[in-house]
Amino acid sequence: MIKTPEKIELFTADGVPLKLSLARVQRRSKMVAFLMVSPLLLFMVFAFLVPIADMLLLSVDNSIVERILPKTVKSIKYWDPHDDKLPDEAVFAAMVEDIKKAKKAREHTKIGTRLNYESSGFASLFRKAGRKVKKINEPPYKKALIKSDKRWGDIQTWRVIKQFSSGYTGGYYLAAFDLKRDFADGSVSSLPEEDSIYLKLFLRTILLSTTITFLTLIIGFPLSYMLAKVPTRISNILIIFVLLPFWTSLLVRTTSWIALLQQEGVINDFLILVGIINEDGRLAMIHNATGTVVAMTHILLPFMILPLFSVMKTIPKSYVRAAISLGAHPWIAFWKIYFPNTAPGIGAGSILVFILAIGYYITPALVGGSSGTFISNRIAYHMSSSLNWGLGSAIGVILLLFVVLLFLLYDKIVGINNMKLG
Amino acid sequence: MSKLPPYFSLPERIWHYTFWAICFLVLFFLIFPLFVIIPLSFNAVPYFTFTKEMLAFDPEGYSLAWYQEFFNSLNWQGAVKNSFIIAFFATIISTFLGTVAALGLSREHMPYRTLIMSLLISPMIVPLIISAAGMYFFYSRIGLQGTHLGVILAHAALGTPFVVITVTATLSGFDNDLIRASQSLGASPTTTFFKVIVPLITPGVISGALFAFVTSFDEVVVVLFVGSYKQRTIPWQMFSGIREQISPTILSAATLLILITIALLTTIELLRRRTEKIRGVTPS
Amino acid sequence: MYEGESMKTFVRVITISVVMTMASFLGQALAATELVVVSWGGAYTASQQNAYHAPYMKKNPGIKIINDDSAGSAVAKLRAMKQAGNTTWDLVDAVASDAMRLCDEGLVDEIDHNSALANGADGSTATEDFGDFIVSPCFVPQIVYSTAFGYRKDKVSRPMTSVCDVFDLKTFPGKRSLEKKPINNMEWALICDGVSPSKVYDVLGTDAGQKRALAKLDTIKSNVVWWTAGAQTPQLLADGEVVVGSTYNGRLFKAIEVDKQPIAMLWDWQVFDLDGWVVPSGTKNKAEVMKYLRFATDTQRLADQAKWISYGPTRASSAPLVGNHADLGIPMAPHMPTDPNNAKTTLLYNYEFWADNRDEIDQTFNAWLAK
Repeated sequence: MIKTPEKIELFTADGVPLKLSLARVQRRSKMVAFLMVSPLLLFMVFAFLVPIADMLLLSVDNSIVERILPKTVKSIKYWDPHDDKLPDEAVFAAMVEDIKKAKKAREHTKIGTRLNYESSGFASLFRKAGRKVKKINEPPYKKALIKSDKRWGDIQTWRVIKQFSSGYTGGYYLAAFDLKRDFADGSVSSLPEEDSIYLKLFLRTILLSTTITFLTLIIGFPLSYMLAKVPTRISNILIIFVLLPFWTSLLVRTTSWIALLQQEGVINDFLILVGIINEDGRLAMIHNATGTVVAMTHILLPFMILPLFSVMKTIPKSYVRAAISLGAHPWIAFWKIYFPNTAPGIGAGSILVFILAIGYYITPALVGGSSGTFISNRIAYHMSSSLNWGLGSAIGVILLLFVVLLFLLYDKIVGINNMKLG
Repeated sequence: MSKLPPYFSLPERIWHYTFWAICFLVLFFLIFPLFVIIPLSFNAVPYFTFTKEMLAFDPEGYSLAWYQEFFNSLNWQGAVKNSFIIAFFATIISTFLGTVAALGLSREHMPYRTLIMSLLISPMIVPLIISAAGMYFFYSRIGLQGTHLGVILAHAALGTPFVVITVTATLSGFDNDLIRASQSLGASPTTTFFKVIVPLITPGVISGALFAFVTSFDEVVVVLFVGSYKQRTIPWQMFSGIREQISPTILSAATLLILITIALLTTIELLRRRTEKIRGVTPS
Repeated sequence: MYEGESMKTFVRVITISVVMTMASFLGQALAATELVVVSWGGAYTASQQNAYHAPYMKKNPGIKIINDDSAGSAVAKLRAMKQAGNTTWDLVDAVASDAMRLCDEGLVDEIDHNSALANGADGSTATEDFGDFIVSPCFVPQIVYSTAFGYRKDKVSRPMTSVCDVFDLKTFPGKRSLEKKPINNMEWALICDGVSPSKVYDVLGTDAGQKRALAKLDTIKSNVVWWTAGAQTPQLLADGEVVVGSTYNGRLFKAIEVDKQPIAMLWDWQVFDLDGWVVPSGTKNKAEVMKYLRFATDTQRLADQAKWISYGPTRASSAPLVGNHADLGIPMAPHMPTDPNNAKTTLLYNYEFWADNRDEIDQTFNAWLAK
């Protein structure tokens, strides 16, 4: 048998084992690194990540029903919605009491608005009930409530209330996928074709954003290449052309494209002047998908050029020269040597443009007509116009998940540590 | 434009000129829409149309009305002020926090680097409308909605990723031996920081800060949600009256901003050249 | 990208400007009580400035009225302010449907119209004078406006007289601009599809009725430019991008009379709606705001607003006082949506119907748009 040699332990000058000392140094170094990052991390958590989490909560939150109709929610538990019978007197009594209380707090219409998202008519049902309940002071509540509005006698009304009586709901997500749940048996089915919209818009958003990303790459690549090739003296001047639109308000650039693209706009007038089209053949380039693509390609182009340029600047010229001097055709040298080196720039630019594109809603709203609007337009609509914040958040979360997936993919392929902006 | 080497073949020559033609077309595409704005901002009627009078260069077709409105209106003055105040403080916050974090991220022993990096640059990845909605809900809840602080914090969050990315990129080529060399030669950590690290990362910091500044200056979605009248920035002001009127005043504001930007960028470039001359460094 | 020297200069310049603006802020804050009045901007806010704000500030030098143009997002913003417990608005101009919603949610205060507002010039109480226009206990009516059509008179073969001409692509070829929402468009489509105007909402309340309306809109869908901001239609008409388009009548008045565009009005089946004041609950200047409100909604002031914009005053007693346009000198009465010649066929915005059905019909409408 061979005898294993004794392990040789190394010691530092002050007698601490070297291994231990190294570990200690490394731990301290880790600590310092983490301490340096932590202020920003804390700031981000507070200013950005918690708000996003807040929105996540909002997309499943349904506590309003239990808060405003506490007694009804409790008593309706014992009612079976599959039965073709109305809930019994106790539920009606609880409802009357809840509405009375809600009316006092001026909250009875909030519950109406909430349930109206699920089934039309609840808004007026509760507003009317708020006016009528003060006259209902003694049993039978069932009869009195139904007398005040016959919809209270409709079993469907109660099924909706029962289904949305729990504190959390997946209802907004169903709606965001164009699905709906049957109020009686709880089965999920897709909406009829004429009512489904979100999937269509998701697809369109992805399709148009891909087009825009591709266009910015095709247009941005040669210019970035040129900027990287010319002396700094010149590229510093030319880069102003890229930065200028970047600094100019989005609304202004959109407006300018309206003036350019519309039927009696600059481009159509020019085409008529040079005789390419005639007066009746004016092109419709705006208020459709074309308008969105053209205007957004322009708006997002700097986000492609800047990262591309910054990566290209660092590629040593000697690489391609070496390849050519070794006998490669300039095209081959470009394609085999130069182009692969630009990958981090292409990656950073594409992901940036794509992600910015799917989140844009102002430009599509102004130049997109009906065929050029994005899913973000619906989010904005629910946030500021219909005020269906739950549905808006649910659509937002789905969009967010999609973006995160994309980002992970990007990290796999390119690595986020290689991202450069210029 | 560089001179063509004499050994270029005809196809190479053709390709060379085509390439330059393409580049100029792209530059034209980038810049032309901006120059369309300038004549329209002198329009005599409140529409974004080239009127017959304008095309005939009839002085009747032009007016300075929109510039007058811009300079006389309290709303616009406040907007310009707010834009600078908010962008300035947001830039300070993002530049400071972002630079320190980037220095930490670039250290050899940073734990969970990828995860933390992803979290830090997430505001750049999350679609704006989603960030805006989330901030709107949360900031209302804690009383930051409709305050300068709220908008500044929101804009700082949006601008920080740019600083983190540019500074990390500068540091990725950084040779850690430089720090060791400085320390072994007896410099204190502070001296090392200011004499070795700072000069090396400065270009990255400035470029990140510029990005952060522009992000805040041109940002409209978040400010519409998180801000209110008192926080009106230039983009806010442009959008708020849009239901009643898309006033060409926004075009005069834009024209002025374009001119200021050109002046600013040119000055910076000229100053840069002068510094280089003084230092005796010739641009490559 | 750039070197440090220039950046330093840049930062110095900015710091100086920031300090200066801070100082001027402080100076302003000491001057007066500021009332933040939220309205829609543009010509509309200008008319309020001329008719209400300016004379009030002249009479009360201690008050400074600030115009905030963000009425478009009033409901969402007021919700946020209430939640944050920091109401920074003092008075809000809202359309009737929003006012009802705000009142329902307790975001604005109820008002005792008779004691808070001035009597009519003819001695009638405020409730009598405003009549049915007080659609909510929180709402102080201000103007009647309408959504109507304007068309390019130089681009049509004969004047347009019926709303159904909008659906007639043969006689009136070209694009139309319509608002990107179902409200109003569905009603017009049904009327032009032969539904009796009194039955419109009964029909629209059914799935078949909605399909019918959309089928009618389908006939012009490819020729429609959908607008989202009221200013778009005048712009589109001025540019010649559309032949005919719907928008608020005051915007069309400005395009026709002030900007002298070759546009004419098509009043047929205009849809009336109300716009008025609501007082956010929790305003810090309640007493001052109520004083202002009393002044700004008296008979003379409401009549005065019509000197600058063609929206009808909501007080019966103001109607006889409507005079000429302040700058143009033309009589304003014929431009009012309520003028008998213009109001032969009208609809009134159906608040209850749309409160109930807006979510559902909006979904159907947008799905149809996306097809």
